Amino acid sequence: MADLKHIYFQTLRIRKIEEAIAAKYSEQKMRCPTHLSIGQELVPVAVSHFLTHADKAYSSHRAHAHYLAKGGDLVKLIAELYGKVSGCTAGRGGSMHLSDLECGFIASTAIVGNSIPLATGNALHQQLTRAEGLTVSYFGDGATEEGAFYESLNFAALKSLPIVYVCENNQYSVYSPLSVRQPTGRSISKLSNEIGLKSFSVDGNNPTQALQTSQAAINYVRHHGKPVLIEYFTYRHREHCGPHFDDDLNYREQEEVQTWLDNDPLNNLEKALDKDPEFKAFQKLAISDINQEIEQAFTAAESASFGSIEDNERFIYD
Amino acid sequence: MTDKTTSFAQQILDAQNLAMQEDPTMICMGLGIDDPKAIFGTTQGLQETFGEQRVFDMPTAENAMTGIGIGAAVAGTRVLMTHQRVDFFLLAMDQLVNNAAKWHYMFNGQMTVPLTIRLIVGRGWGQGPTHQQSLQSWFSHIPGLKVVVPSLTENVGQLLYNAIMDNNPTIFLEHRWLHNQIAPNAAACQPLTEAPQHTRVLRTGSDYTIISNSYMLSEALQAQKYLQQHNVHCEVIEIASPTSIDWHIIYQSVSKTKRCIVTDMGHTFCSLASEIANKVYSHCFNALLSPVSIIGLPNYPEPTSYGLTKEYYPDVNTIIKTVSNNCGIEIAQLKSRQHHDVPGEWFKGPF
Ligand SMILES: Cc1ncc(C[n+]2csc(CCOP(=O)(O)OP(=O)(O)O)c2C)c(N)n1
Ligand SMILES: [Mg+2]
Repeated sequence: MADLKHIYFQTLRIRKIEEAIAAKYSEQKMRCPTHLSIGQELVPVAVSHFLTHADKAYSSHRAHAHYLAKGGDLVKLIAELYGKVSGCTAGRGGSMHLSDLECGFIASTAIVGNSIPLATGNALHQQLTRAEGLTVSYFGDGATEEGAFYESLNFAALKSLPIVYVCENNQYSVYSPLSVRQPTGRSISKLSNEIGLKSFSVDGNNPTQALQTSQAAINYVRHHGKPVLIEYFTYRHREHCGPHFDDDLNYREQEEVQTWLDNDPLNNLEKALDKDPEFKAFQKLAISDINQEIEQAFTAAESASFGSIEDNERFIYD
Repeated sequence: MTDKTTSFAQQILDAQNLAMQEDPTMICMGLGIDDPKAIFGTTQGLQETFGEQRVFDMPTAENAMTGIGIGAAVAGTRVLMTHQRVDFFLLAMDQLVNNAAKWHYMFNGQMTVPLTIRLIVGRGWGQGPTHQQSLQSWFSHIPGLKVVVPSLTENVGQLLYNAIMDNNPTIFLEHRWLHNQIAPNAAACQPLTEAPQHTRVLRTGSDYTIISNSYMLSEALQAQKYLQQHNVHCEVIEIASPTSIDWHIIYQSVSKTKRCIVTDMGHTFCSLASEIANKVYSHCFNALLSPVSIIGLPNYPEPTSYGLTKEYYPDVNTIIKTVSNNCGIEIAQLKSRQHHDVPGEWFKGPF
């Protein structure tokens, strides 16, 4: 139960942060394309729960939750969205190129599938240097259509690399459903298994299952030094890119949307914790702590300055 | 009969519709081609008109899909692919450069590749290092590829129609800030089926030659108008296809004006602009009164931040300043747009 409360706190925190971004986005001060993880927050929380500082992570365009769950600095994230010098890349990368080396979040990148090989290379480095720790590679269902996905998994299996591939299958790539992109009935986890990885598939919005599977998979990598892939089924609540709901466009069946809203990870956690007599008090405190932290991050971001244009030519080369 | 207004995006759509009608073997594919946004409105209704077999969404697999497009084209299917960003297409450089560009030559002229690839330049707030690159210079460097860079509503449809109907692989680079550009008179647009003129003198003048394309041409035309009020008469030349430039038109113009600016949206190092400048130097050396000016992007990636991009993109004022410096006359700058990272109020991001 103690664990679950911690999981709840982390999930709630990411939800509140993403909602705060959404609420302020229309002010047009966060001037960069932003892909929110609302509805999908439990996955990185359940993964990160079993990670240590020595473990590294790479991610994609939809990276806020991955960054935060790994321990990425909130103040630097919000400042980055505002393009300020105090942001995690001083405003160079924006929402789609995050990094916080201190917590082991190496980078997120914006081209679909293109951080999967990088994560695999990180795992190769860990293996070659006998470093402690493994690598996590986050991506979506769309990314599994890129050649780089197959090529990376093949290499990881060939070399027995210590890597956890995390596929957040939210069934859409922008407005395109899986049905126009992959053959019906084929499973990403089974496919990965055939490539040579141990693979898992699980409801990524179900707290107990998501936690158990994450733990089993990560333990497997730690004990056997071999790659795994976990396919988490989940769902994005809002539009692909931007702060709004977009179900008025009718690209997703209403019934499907409702089913997933009923399977919201945060609600599921609340239901699971409801019997705990201390939960209500815990929740109240959590909300107020989180709100305060968010307010501080936004105030800091808004009052920070932009970097100097004079510095734009720094770091083209080392 | 009253004339209807039309837009850059509408002309692109009209060209696709006509080509699909004219060639029943032709197919169109691209991520989101039939989604509610229809690739900035440029593919609206194509699937309804021509069916799901000929117009289809595709897996996120740019490299293999380009190869599949090339293979189909070699076999005799006319293929049009569209990508919402140039940057997403970079996965397919192998297929493009090693196969599409070489095929006709490598197999001794026996086969052709009737493939056109529309790539959209994504400039706009916060697009940052990987969502806004203008790579016309890269593509132009490869023998066997044709490159088309449209700038104006009046001929974009004609350029696209002809690119599609051409049996050579063609890269068609659209700057998305042009998609909303309106022409007051659809009937005055260049007829789609007529062969396009790739090098055009759009404004005549005796004092300066400005060579440009894509969005930068809009800035050049603005500069021309303003400079005229200051008694500097610029000749503006559109380069709609870097791979089929009519050099004679350029040499003739510079020989007359004796001064020249080349402005292009790429990084200036090893660029289309520097290549044009080189040719101008070689052929008009004795006529030139001042060095050819190259206006383009600085040689570092675009940062994402609003604060860091304020001086990244050249605009009408960069041209005005260059002209006034070179001619040694004082000309005041025009008032800048409120925000440097949007083309107008209509642009709200995020994508
Ligand atoms: C190579 C490439 N192609 C296309 C895009 C445009 N794009 C950005 S996100 C995205 C959707 C990817 O879907 P998925 O991997 O399932 O991730 P999700 O957005 O669902 O989290 C697409 C197509 C891109 N960034 N890179
Ligand atoms: Mg997806």
